[in-house]
Amino acid sequence: MTALSTRGRDDVVSSRPRAARRTARLRESLVGWTFAAPNLVLMTLFLFIPIVWALVISFQETKGFGDPEWVGLGNYVTLVNDGVFWQSLLNTVVFTIVTVPIELIGGLGLAVLLNSVIPARGLFRTMIVMPMVISGVASGMISVILFYQSNGLVNKILQTLGLSPVGWQSEGTPAMISVVITAIWLRLGFNMIIYLAGLQSISPELYEAARIDGASKWQQFRSVTVPLVGPSTFFLLIMNVIASFQVFDLIFVLTGGGPGNSTSVLVTYAYRNGFQIREQGYGAAIGIVILLITLVFTFIQWKTSRTRDLVE
Amino acid sequence: MAETTTLVQAVDTKNLGRRAAARVQRRRQRHTSGRQGIVWRTLVAAVVSLAVIFPLYWMLVVAFSPRGEVFEPGLRLWPSTLTLENFVKVFDRVPVMSWLGNSIVIGVFVTVFTVIVNLLAGYAFARLHFAGRNTIFMLALATMMIPVQAIMVAQFKLVSGLGVYGSYWGVILPGAAAAFGIFLARQFFLGIPDEVIEAARIDGAGHLRIFLQIVLPLCKPLIAVLTLLTLLGSWNDFAWPLIALKDNDLFTLPIGLLYLKNQTSPDYNAIMALALIAVLPMVLLFIFFQRYFVQGFARSGIK
Repeated sequence: MTALSTRGRDDVVSSRPRAARRTARLRESLVGWTFAAPNLVLMTLFLFIPIVWALVISFQETKGFGDPEWVGLGNYVTLVNDGVFWQSLLNTVVFTIVTVPIELIGGLGLAVLLNSVIPARGLFRTMIVMPMVISGVASGMISVILFYQSNGLVNKILQTLGLSPVGWQSEGTPAMISVVITAIWLRLGFNMIIYLAGLQSISPELYEAARIDGASKWQQFRSVTVPLVGPSTFFLLIMNVIASFQVFDLIFVLTGGGPGNSTSVLVTYAYRNGFQIREQGYGAAIGIVILLITLVFTFIQWKTSRTRDLVE
Repeated sequence: MAETTTLVQAVDTKNLGRRAAARVQRRRQRHTSGRQGIVWRTLVAAVVSLAVIFPLYWMLVVAFSPRGEVFEPGLRLWPSTLTLENFVKVFDRVPVMSWLGNSIVIGVFVTVFTVIVNLLAGYAFARLHFAGRNTIFMLALATMMIPVQAIMVAQFKLVSGLGVYGSYWGVILPGAAAAFGIFLARQFFLGIPDEVIEAARIDGAGHLRIFLQIVLPLCKPLIAVLTLLTLLGSWNDFAWPLIALKDNDLFTLPIGLLYLKNQTSPDYNAIMALALIAVLPMVLLFIFFQRYFVQGFARSGIK
């Protein structure tokens, strides 16, 4: 497409001398920069400069007031020896490993279910996508109430079923489980949407062919559906991993990282250091770690996004 | 039923021969199992959908229940009486109208700025050739996924340095620096046929005129998607406003919710009343403009 438009322009200007052509190209360059400028200025000011600045601050020690002190790699040395940092990283990884597969499988299952012909399909889809417009804070608040330890609804239902109530606030693992459930609730709809788009691009003839070969529904799912939504799965895998690595609002509201540090994750730990303990240099260093991890996954996504575009 | 089947089968066998009859029977079975399948699938879909929507129902229940009722022993799935006392209390105790106003003002400004600058940049990246275009576009893409927590300390210092800490602008300006809209806009502009733009160029129209008079009228769906997604993102934004705002009166609704929760003995009924106020505008927008939301989610991959 780009090549086509370039040729078109050359045709228009080819009768003019070369100098005029160069002027035209310069002018287009100028116009291009002008169009992009407002966005670029904002991004430079509020993204690129802070990224560089964050790196600088991560080499300093500052309490927010007074002159910062250069400590070189000091913050990173602290980081390597900080048990809470490692626990936060581990929690982040565990949270990611638990949420992502459930989101993928749940999303695909729902997409297959709501891609088939059933009554009120549109309504069901709307209901499942609805949590996507609910803020992390509001979802967290609802979860606080649902998972309330003394006589919250979840515990009351467990008791009605003859089970013992769970210490959602006082014990680490249940606290993490409550965060995991809420996060999945928020993200299931997104996974379903992407998979629905993927499913709709599969030719019905493939299923017809599989049926004629005597494949059962499950075999059709395994050998037609799963491989052909592969690109969607990969895209979702990366997006889910990035989202899980960045879960902040929910944890901040629902558990605050506790009890102890059992639900502390990288982003909440960075916030705690930067703005609650006010070890800004250390908070910035954790930020740089988050930045690097995010860039790695963004890069993987970017490197592989071509295959997805081709399939779509 | 079984008998009828055998009878029909016998007739089939006589008329069609053994193999054809088997085929017919298989088709019949599939038909009935298909109908049963629909019932089962509908049932599963209904149960899952209701489970997904249940927390929102619970928000309504708590918001309209008398104080503390949901935490009394005994399983109760709806309020004993519907009351508005939680709303009265929350309006009484905290500046709800200011918070709502702040969310609206910040949301509108962020959205207007973001959509305008993203449309312009998206057009430049899709349609104009300029030196350094690809490098800059890749840089913009690379920053798309970076969470605010990675750079918040520096952003905080920056916003303080610019003298906008604690004001609307401290939230609005960084909020409008997002890159995801560029990506969405560029995709859309690439899809516009070259002939449309070339024709206008031959007629002597400049780029600004082409953009305003020819391209913009073609991209109403894009503008709708961008507007809704940006507004949603700004409305629900939490981490950055939490850092950038300090006065109660300037809080947005999410920060207000946190403020209510951080009281010494939090009133969860009042919190749910406020949560309902915070959530309702986006739920309504979603119901009316679902198509655009879903398109946006699917294309941009945010959320």
